Amino acid sequence: MGKDDQILEELTSSDYKYGFETLIENDSAPKGLNEDIVRFISAKKNEPEWLLEWRLKAYRHWLTLEEPKWPNVKYPKIDFQDIIFYSAPKPNKELQSLDEVDPELLETFKKLGISLEEQKRLSGVAVDAVIDSVSVKTTFKETLGELGIIFCSLSEAVHEHPELIKKYLGSVVPMTDNYYAALNSAVFSDGSFCYIPKGSRCPMELSTYFRINASGTGQFERTLIVADEDAYVSYLEGCTAPQRDENQLHAAVVEIYAETNAEVKYSTVQNWYPGNKEGVGGIYNFVTKRGLCKGNNSKISWTQVETGSAITWKYPSCILKGDNSVGEFYSVAVTNNYQQADTGSKMIHLGKNTKSTIISKGISAGKSQNSYRGLVKVHKNATNARNFSQCDSLLMGNKCGAHTFPYIEINNSTAKVEHEATTSKIGEDQIFYCNQRGIDTENAIALIVNGFAKKVLNKLPMEFAVEAQKLLALTLEESVG
Amino acid sequence: MLKIKNLHAGIEGQQILKGINLEVKAGEIHAIMGPNGSGKSTLASVLAGREEYEVTEGEVEFLGKNILDMAPEDRAREGLFLAFQYPVEIPGVSSNNFLKTAVNQVRTYRGLEPLDAVHFLKLMKEKMAMVEIEQKLINRSLNEGFSGGEKKKNEIFQMAILEPKLSILDETDSGLDIDALRVVANGVNKLKSEDNATIVVTHYQRLLDYIVPNFVHVLYNGRIVKSGDKSLAFELEEKGYDWIKEEVDSVA
Ligand SMILES: Nc1ncnc2c1ncn2[C@@H]1O[C@H](COP(=O)(O)OP(=O)(O)OP(=O)(O)O)[C@@H](O)[C@H]1O
Ligand SMILES: [Mg+2]
Repeated sequence: MGKDDQILEELTSSDYKYGFETLIENDSAPKGLNEDIVRFISAKKNEPEWLLEWRLKAYRHWLTLEEPKWPNVKYPKIDFQDIIFYSAPKPNKELQSLDEVDPELLETFKKLGISLEEQKRLSGVAVDAVIDSVSVKTTFKETLGELGIIFCSLSEAVHEHPELIKKYLGSVVPMTDNYYAALNSAVFSDGSFCYIPKGSRCPMELSTYFRINASGTGQFERTLIVADEDAYVSYLEGCTAPQRDENQLHAAVVEIYAETNAEVKYSTVQNWYPGNKEGVGGIYNFVTKRGLCKGNNSKISWTQVETGSAITWKYPSCILKGDNSVGEFYSVAVTNNYQQADTGSKMIHLGKNTKSTIISKGISAGKSQNSYRGLVKVHKNATNARNFSQCDSLLMGNKCGAHTFPYIEINNSTAKVEHEATTSKIGEDQIFYCNQRGIDTENAIALIVNGFAKKVLNKLPMEFAVEAQKLLALTLEESVG
Repeated sequence: MLKIKNLHAGIEGQQILKGINLEVKAGEIHAIMGPNGSGKSTLASVLAGREEYEVTEGEVEFLGKNILDMAPEDRAREGLFLAFQYPVEIPGVSSNNFLKTAVNQVRTYRGLEPLDAVHFLKLMKEKMAMVEIEQKLINRSLNEGFSGGEKKKNEIFQMAILEPKLSILDETDSGLDIDALRVVANGVNKLKSEDNATIVVTHYQRLLDYIVPNFVHVLYNGRIVKSGDKSLAFELEEKGYDWIKEEVDSVA
């Protein structure tokens, strides 16, 4: 700890005791952020001292940082003193079965098409649902347990697998990484932890559904996935949110760690409230997602379908450290009305013979702005690195925008980096052609858009792909007329 | 089946169709010929419901219904089919998916159950054989990278799948090689029945050797200026359009 930090800590910790004790009785933290709030969160979760220290360090670092200005998005300044950083649902007891889950909650899931029962019954997907920052239910845990696979909430893991959490938490996305990663490290509420031991293939798609519930609650999920040597896992994340008026900040962190020969597939369908047609409300989604291909021959793929949020700021990345390691990024980002998305990927080639692929499909409608931002960096030791990037934009109407910002940094002459980009418009001709075959405009758009996004949708696990296709169509309904 | 009365239509204030009258009955084949830019494709588009064209006057009745206020997809569902002069490409969309969506939307409109995957596949196979189209073409994205001739063949394949009441073939013969022309014409003839009708727009008498029309019309400057039987097509082939233009222009 630096001297300044020490002084800062002494100053603030003398203050905190008083404030803190009155705080702890509440289920929710009051609005605003200071060290007391960080301590409150940590105490609420019964965290060990080392984790509190980790959070505080992150918080202090965060204070020294500036909110990033470089993304191609516009929004009013966020007032961090107006956000509630922690809230827990009322009944806090362990639930043994779905029957014990709040029926209203189950109802909401059903409306969103995410019935836990169905998930459980039909697809054999283990679901760890994170509602308002606290895990409500984890299923299939026992099956996984037999394989030595750990899949639980991060707070549970802190208590039950402290050695793993100590080793891996912040190992891919350090607490100091960026403004929102630091904030998340300070105040993360909960999230998922997944550990696949050596030589183990996870037999089911692991899945987490996130939802933002209580109004005015900031969400700071944190996911940590570790695949040990020769391990494999496919992980799904999806979320939807009920309509609301005020902006909500979401700053998640996802870390993936892949050891030698390990493979991790991470798929996301993101459908948070994007604001209304006039651009009022909606979620601010500032996410840090990064995977580290630590071992040789390891592989990490990100697949994402982004349709929601008022603002999305997200660059799932891969650090290709191990020789022959592979990073992939497949993305469909849809913006409509006044949505803004600045998303893309970073591929950092450090090891020899490392390979990366970026396929980005941006669809803009309404008055939205959709930017691709990508970085391909080849380190001087990364002999024979390969990258292929393809960024396609599809425009619907004349009022939206598509932008591409590819950055390439090559420090090794053996590297081969290819970049392709196209921009096209959904033509009246295409829609009329479909109409003439008896297909209405809504379905025509769905066909055209899904065709455009096919390369990415194909990468999703089957049940997710179907959901994602519906979502794309739904998002763009009424956007051509 | 189709009654067009005094149809006027244009775009951005420019008149293209200037009073079309035409009646097509079930079981008939009508050929429409005429010089470039005379309004043949415009007529086809207006019938199919392309919104950029504005109908300023006249009536169009299809199977007893006024279709001018109908959405293009509803006209299609009523049984009107247009084989486009320039079929569009839809990247990433398989013919299978496209046609299944089309067939089932049409069926739903008509109060029929949607076809399941098995029955749909059967339908595809049957029609593929009928119009002699290769599986590998069907497996690709719709019209994407298809040659001109392949696109035209695919139009006829779609027509076979949708079994329309009235088909309008807009220069489906252009760009076809001799064999393909025969294949396409065979397809059209196999699909022909007493219950349906066909309008073929063409520049070449040659097609009419295969698809024998009951009537031949000449469209010139937005009007049907001459109608006759098959022999009119031979006459045009021989003499061109100048004599007709002169006839029309001298009257006007
Ligand atoms: N979308 C449009 N915008 C402007 N002018 C148009 C449009 N569509 C048709 N026209 C004009 O209307 C006239 C008729 O065109 P149309 O395509 O119907 O002719 P055609 O008889 O089908 O010709 P061809 O034999 O060359 O296919 C032409 O002068 C054409 O330029
Ligand atoms: Mg034409």
